[in-house]
Amino acid sequence: MKKNLKKVVAILGVCVLTMAGLAGCGKSTGEAVVETSETTQQVAVEETTGEVAEEATEEATGEVTGEQVEETTGDISGTVTMAGSTSMEKLANAVAEAYMEKNPNVTVTAEFTGSSAGVESVLAGSVDIGNSSRNLKDSEKEAGAVENIVAIDGIAVVVDPANTVSNLTKEQLTKIYTGEITDWSEVGGGASPIVVVGREAGSGTRGAFEEILEIEEACKYASELDSTGAVVAKVASTPGAIGYVSLDVIDDTVKALSLENVEPTAETIKAGEYFLSRPFVMATVGEISEQSQAVQGLFEYLASDEGKELIESVGLITVD
Amino acid sequence: MKEKKSFSIMSGKALKKKVEEVAKVVFTICSFFAILAVFSITFYMLYSGTPALFKVGLLDVLFGTVWAPTAQEPTYGILYVILTSIVGTTFAILIGVPMGILTAVFLAEVAPKKLANLVKPAVELLAGVPSVIYGLLGLLLLNPLMYKLELIIFKDSKTHQFTGGSNLLSAIIVLAVMILPTVINISESALRAVPVQLKSASLALGASKIQTIFQVILPAAKSGIITAVVLGVGRAIGEAMAITLVAGSSVNIPLPFNSVRFLTTAIVSEMAYASDLHREVLFTIGLVLFAFIMVINLLLSKILKNGGSENE
Repeated sequence: MKKNLKKVVAILGVCVLTMAGLAGCGKSTGEAVVETSETTQQVAVEETTGEVAEEATEEATGEVTGEQVEETTGDISGTVTMAGSTSMEKLANAVAEAYMEKNPNVTVTAEFTGSSAGVESVLAGSVDIGNSSRNLKDSEKEAGAVENIVAIDGIAVVVDPANTVSNLTKEQLTKIYTGEITDWSEVGGGASPIVVVGREAGSGTRGAFEEILEIEEACKYASELDSTGAVVAKVASTPGAIGYVSLDVIDDTVKALSLENVEPTAETIKAGEYFLSRPFVMATVGEISEQSQAVQGLFEYLASDEGKELIESVGLITVD
Repeated sequence: MKEKKSFSIMSGKALKKKVEEVAKVVFTICSFFAILAVFSITFYMLYSGTPALFKVGLLDVLFGTVWAPTAQEPTYGILYVILTSIVGTTFAILIGVPMGILTAVFLAEVAPKKLANLVKPAVELLAGVPSVIYGLLGLLLLNPLMYKLELIIFKDSKTHQFTGGSNLLSAIIVLAVMILPTVINISESALRAVPVQLKSASLALGASKIQTIFQVILPAAKSGIITAVVLGVGRAIGEAMAITLVAGSSVNIPLPFNSVRFLTTAIVSEMAYASDLHREVLFTIGLVLFAFIMVINLLLSKILKNGGSENE
């Protein structure tokens, strides 16, 4: 009897524990997901508050103040519709939110359908602004689209500080990421294997990096990490590692490489010398001055000091 | 003092009955919540995980080897991810469980009381360490070590991709350490619950201490130890945070020095930016993981039942 009872208790206990375990497992996965997205957000916020803010104030006071004094007033009304690049989602949403807050009578909607689809939509007249994370093609310009570059996305290639390599050519970088070059000695460094670090599929930085180098889905990553901070940490702590991150998060723990002998700085990117960058275009049909008041207001906002700060707050470089 | 009297067997029959009924309701509600959680999770996983399975194709998802969710022509093969979870968990169990059970034997039977009093709190502390801490330690201590090992082993290899120490082996070690406290604590309680008469009888018949442990005490505590293993497996296969930091997270064949992605880390690492079908496939991975845990639990529970009846 006693033994039977014990058995029953044991089985019941196992059942309860199993169920609790199951419930726990399911939940913990969910929580983990939330946690990561939170951390990514935190990283983003940190980025904006940290170095970028300093840069922002510097540049804003230095170069731009003279031109853009006109303050947008709150009396603009109407709607602005945008469609296009998924990479520009962060920027478009930030702009839409800030612009609507400034002008309560304006409604801004943004869809993210891809650069080409965005330009097509604006040419078809279904939206006011077509977002494109590449320069417009000649055919698109001929069809009447005007290329308004509002910001530039820059990506830095980083290695651990002890690495003696300080410059890579576009070809070398491409070969490193596609796995053709696997040792630093092949690109002029000491003999040590290259540890290729990148971001996870779906990340905007990865999308831009692979798109610019034209190696979409051809990269052989040794590590796919899910945040900019993680990439920096991994590269900093692994001898022989190489990674790519947004330009604005570089710190002393890693070394940013020159590409084609051009240092990655806001200046060289603006001058178009640093190739690992791409323009964020808000295409319109006809010049900005021909657009509706609400659309004109949006471009004016982007060109204002406040707008420039906003652009820098999402990790981008402003255009002058 | 006087109120207490009303609960005694002698008086207050009506009140007693009421207390019994209320208690019954409370128990029912509590168990209802646990069951509700299980059923709602099952339902939700099926609801959100199955659509992508049919959109992509069952075989393409489960047996495809290429994971390229953002390509022009996306492919969503998770075979390597599934294999990684199986291989990783299996080896973690193979390392962690024997070690854990032997530690439990040490604590319950062999260790001098003073030493046991020192080790036991340490093990309990290990159980309370958050998984992200295991991951960080793995990242800072284990990965550099692994990288040194990797540099030695693959010194002349032309084909090996160097991972900087983020590999399957690191993940297995971290997982093995993580399941230790679960296995140790539960098997130790099971060992201590073995009736002392069994042990005394065995020793009286002339069996040595080690013989007694392996021939008498461990078999007698079998069901408890199997419970420990079940929970250990559950923890290992469901762990995400720690291994996302040490495993490298590239989709590869699960070889010891390859950067690998587990079912859990596959969901966690790409959820932030995934959209549309990509996102749905991540839920499908969740469903696969869920199915895995279900099967393992049912299987092990069955073994437990059989083991129990053999004991009779």
